[in-house]
Amino acid sequence: MSLIEGRTGEWEVVIGLEVHAQIISNAKLFSGAATAFGAEPNTQVSPVDAGFPGMLPVINRRCVEQAVKTGLGLAARINLHSVFDRKNYFYADLPQGYQISQYLTPVVGKGSIILDMPDGSAREIGITRLHLEQDAGKSLHDQQATSTYVDLNRSGVGLMEIVSEPDMRTAEEAGAYLRKLRSILRYLGTCDGNMEEGSMRCDVNVSVRKPGAPLGTRCEIKNVNSVRFVMLAIDYEARRQVEVLEDGGEIRQETRLFDSGRGTTRPMRSKENAHDYRYFPDPDLLPLILDPAWVEGIKRTLPELPDAKKSRFVRDYGLSVEDAGVLVAEQESADYFEAVARGRDAKLAANWVMGDLFGALNRLGRRIEDSPVSAAGLGEMIDLIADGTLSGRLAKDVFAGMVETGASPAAIVEERGLRQVTDTGEIETAIDAVLAANGDKVAEYRSGKDKLFGFFVGQVMKATQGKANPATLNEILRNKLAG
Amino acid sequence: MALDKATVAHIATLARIKLPETEQGRIAGELSHILTWIEQLSEVNTDGVEPMTSVVAMTMPMREDVVTDGNRVDDILANAPERANGFFVVPKVVE
Repeated sequence: MSLIEGRTGEWEVVIGLEVHAQIISNAKLFSGAATAFGAEPNTQVSPVDAGFPGMLPVINRRCVEQAVKTGLGLAARINLHSVFDRKNYFYADLPQGYQISQYLTPVVGKGSIILDMPDGSAREIGITRLHLEQDAGKSLHDQQATSTYVDLNRSGVGLMEIVSEPDMRTAEEAGAYLRKLRSILRYLGTCDGNMEEGSMRCDVNVSVRKPGAPLGTRCEIKNVNSVRFVMLAIDYEARRQVEVLEDGGEIRQETRLFDSGRGTTRPMRSKENAHDYRYFPDPDLLPLILDPAWVEGIKRTLPELPDAKKSRFVRDYGLSVEDAGVLVAEQESADYFEAVARGRDAKLAANWVMGDLFGALNRLGRRIEDSPVSAAGLGEMIDLIADGTLSGRLAKDVFAGMVETGASPAAIVEERGLRQVTDTGEIETAIDAVLAANGDKVAEYRSGKDKLFGFFVGQVMKATQGKANPATLNEILRNKLAG
Repeated sequence: MALDKATVAHIATLARIKLPETEQGRIAGELSHILTWIEQLSEVNTDGVEPMTSVVAMTMPMREDVVTDGNRVDDILANAPERANGFFVVPKVVE
């Protein structure tokens, strides 16, 4: 646990997160309009989404299935009986004047997420609930000086609001929670987790207290749209609250906005009255009753999730927990690694995927799905290391060639003559030439300057264009110098 | 249960209803009467009775995940007081 140092001693930060995850579905939660991102304004709107009088909502079965699937993926209780409520407030992009949500009886109850912290420790964070609700439309304030433009394409799109327990104590834990949740949602295929496009948004609840004291008054920072901003907002807000308290002030429970330009938070004036939502059961909708057999059926379709995959990678491939954690964070990376590792040296495969491949993808700004080097290609290259055609050093050149040209490793070896020299006679000749040209250094070495060994290796490698088999070279060289 | 004038003013604000102060006393009286009348329900013993969220004995019908509506901007914007480039135009809402 890490505490904040104040003038009056140490403070503990208490963090809870509310994540709004846009459900992957073709149509909206209660209407037949499309959900695709980036369409022309108001082209994906049905009269239900526009709040026209007399329109009745009909729930989309897939959205319910996605919520249940996510609940199962979070090891959570599935409530077979849940109810939709109206959350009442007025805003220009909420044409109904209320949001259909779930208040007292959400579709998913308590669950948990395991965080893997950088120091190798694990933290369990409680999930309070997951409920289904409608998204609002989008307001554009910058199109025109005196008016606001409203696009209702997003109005009525299905959201899962996933609420955590106030179990996190540092910005790093909050960051790890968001990354892990995003990873689980992507594995499940229930949300694409894209924070830039707004398909995953986060409200952050922060309070501070003296260690062991009861919970302090919290502030809610609304709609933070990246993991980094969430962490910055927490750090700033915790410091702010400590300063207010140490100056003898009080924290007012309020909604705040994160200013990403300044890295600060400020109160959101218009929300002062807004917490009075007057929830009541939506008379247009019946209770949501789930058939236990249907839920069981969904459970059987769950993919292998990151935690299980990680354990398997450690067990079956002998990887370290850290390496396995890196590889399973994205399903695509995990699949790629498995394709390379199957039937080969798994640790070597992991090193190539996490080292040279991730490095190249980073440099090129590409995702692993459109990697210039296929898993099959990287596998073939590792086979060439295994059969002695390539040394680890030559393999680096071959890999660079594969990234550059997309050619197969065998073709690059042929074309560039990168085959490793294992012929002892050839290596011996090169060694003899180097030793003959550096008689003074040989004498120094023999009189005890061991460090020169590296120099001779380097010279021989240079003479053979890096193609000498390192083990053979070392052995012959050592014998000759000793002699 | 008796509502005071301040509560009535608060409810009016939440509902975006303009209620002159001179009216607040009268409305407070009327709403208090309605609440007192409803409160008679609390005399019934409901121990162990599940809250009723619907009066019809059927389960909620569900829709398949198929796009069946959209691409009707003119219909959607037909009643908009003002429109521009396919958007609703409303008085500036600044945060």
